Amino acid sequence: MATIEKDSVSGQNTTGHEWDGIKELNTPLPKWWVYVFWATVVWAVAYWFLYPSWPTVNGYLKGSLGYSSRGELANELDIQKKARSAWLSKIEASDVAAIEQDKDLLRYAMAGGKIAFNENCAACHGVGGVGAYGFPTLADDEWLWGGTLADIEQTIKFGVRNTNKDSRQSEMPKFGADGLLKDDQISAVADYVLSLASKAPAKGSAGETVFTENCVVCHGEDGSGQAALGAPALNNQIWLYKGTKDAIVAQVTKPKHGNMPAWSERLEPSTIKMLAVYVHNLGGGK
Amino acid sequence: MFKHHAKLETNIFFLAVGILLTIVVGGLVEVIPLFSIESTIEKVDGVRPYTPLELAGRNIYIREGCYNCHSQMIRPFKDEVERYGHYSLAAESKYDHPFQWGSKRTGPDLARVGGKYTNDWQVRHLINPRDVVPGSIMPGYKHLTRSLEYSDIASHLKVNRIVGVPYTDAQIVNAKKDVEEQVFSDAGSSPAVLASYPKAMIGKASINLSTANPKVVTEMDALVAYLQVLGTMVDFKTVDDTKIRR
Repeated sequence: MATIEKDSVSGQNTTGHEWDGIKELNTPLPKWWVYVFWATVVWAVAYWFLYPSWPTVNGYLKGSLGYSSRGELANELDIQKKARSAWLSKIEASDVAAIEQDKDLLRYAMAGGKIAFNENCAACHGVGGVGAYGFPTLADDEWLWGGTLADIEQTIKFGVRNTNKDSRQSEMPKFGADGLLKDDQISAVADYVLSLASKAPAKGSAGETVFTENCVVCHGEDGSGQAALGAPALNNQIWLYKGTKDAIVAQVTKPKHGNMPAWSERLEPSTIKMLAVYVHNLGGGK
Repeated sequence: MFKHHAKLETNIFFLAVGILLTIVVGGLVEVIPLFSIESTIEKVDGVRPYTPLELAGRNIYIREGCYNCHSQMIRPFKDEVERYGHYSLAAESKYDHPFQWGSKRTGPDLARVGGKYTNDWQVRHLINPRDVVPGSIMPGYKHLTRSLEYSDIASHLKVNRIVGVPYTDAQIVNAKKDVEEQVFSDAGSSPAVLASYPKAMIGKASINLSTANPKVVTEMDALVAYLQVLGTMVDFKTVDDTKIRR
């Protein structure tokens, strides 16, 4: 065993260890450090009692302050709700038309609607409602299911061709796939639709006959469409699935149908109202 | 006691006993909380094992490394709840082996992506994300349009049962049939598979692809069926918020 001796310079004991003549002082820890150390131990014990800490057989010690991170979130959301309620309660109480009339409410709804649109709608309809192949443009004045505020709100709430019972439903018949029309009839009607789209209907053509017998019920005699059925206008150059003859033939043969989720299942009524106002004001609202 | 630690440290027997005690205490502190882990899982209704098709989709999700960029964990923070919806519960991933909480978000969180977008969108986005989201940096997964290998799907269910997922014998026997039924039934219809797996997405997700063969189950169909059920099993209208506080 090494011998502990008193160092003559510092007056401290050595540890007794020696390496090649070098000895180590056994200087005690500074008092302040030791006190801080014990203070943290006391703090930890107090913490056990105040906050959730030790696991138990059937759960855990909850602590006397009743803190939980999810509870704290609930408080934060409450505070936020109160802060927003000055505006949101007005939005909830007004119908969409009234929101649009009130300049201040409109400004708030546009800002809120934009945020919700970018998070939820822009994935399909594009930022600013520019649309994409198969996803309608919302910034123009052509509407599949109607472009009034009420129509837009209805579409956002219940969506299109989904499992919600109030969802907008319509199916164009598979004229080709189900053998309702022959290939030459489909080709002829596609030509006629193209002539409608360029505002020069080919009167008296074979395609017009096919169109009159099969298409006017939904798309209208002049091809102006029918929002109640989600039948798009065919008398302009706006196309959801491209405006080439091949694309039109494909659509008549075996139509594609777009879907949209029912957002009332995910979003608050006030958010949907703000979205409706925002979309209505993107450029083409009726 | 502190004075005598030299005796402990210089005696190989006492030192060994001391080390053993330290490891035992440290180990118990880590292990004992797990004895009551069940009590940390919230008691909520609706969470069910994945359908065989969803399970196949989940395997693809893992194979393609989706978790490298997408988390499935909405933390209980205000900004996350505002953007993604209700925070994730432990109960919602109790049948995930392994869980897909993830630790990094290059893309958005997917814990509640189910039902947020349509099948058409999911399919087109997976094939080429730039087609629908111009600024996206996600790679395209065009190869998912190939057919799904699911002849061994029943064994995937069996393995999950070994680690605690309560698949019934009937569900394991019917696994292959359930895959086909979920894909080939018309969207909106109620085939038998819905009885044992409520809220499953019925129908062929990639039906509108011009190259789609309606008689073949593709990897795309499986992956989208999985994505469309994420976060939809629990109906939060039926959950008492104060009962799930932790």
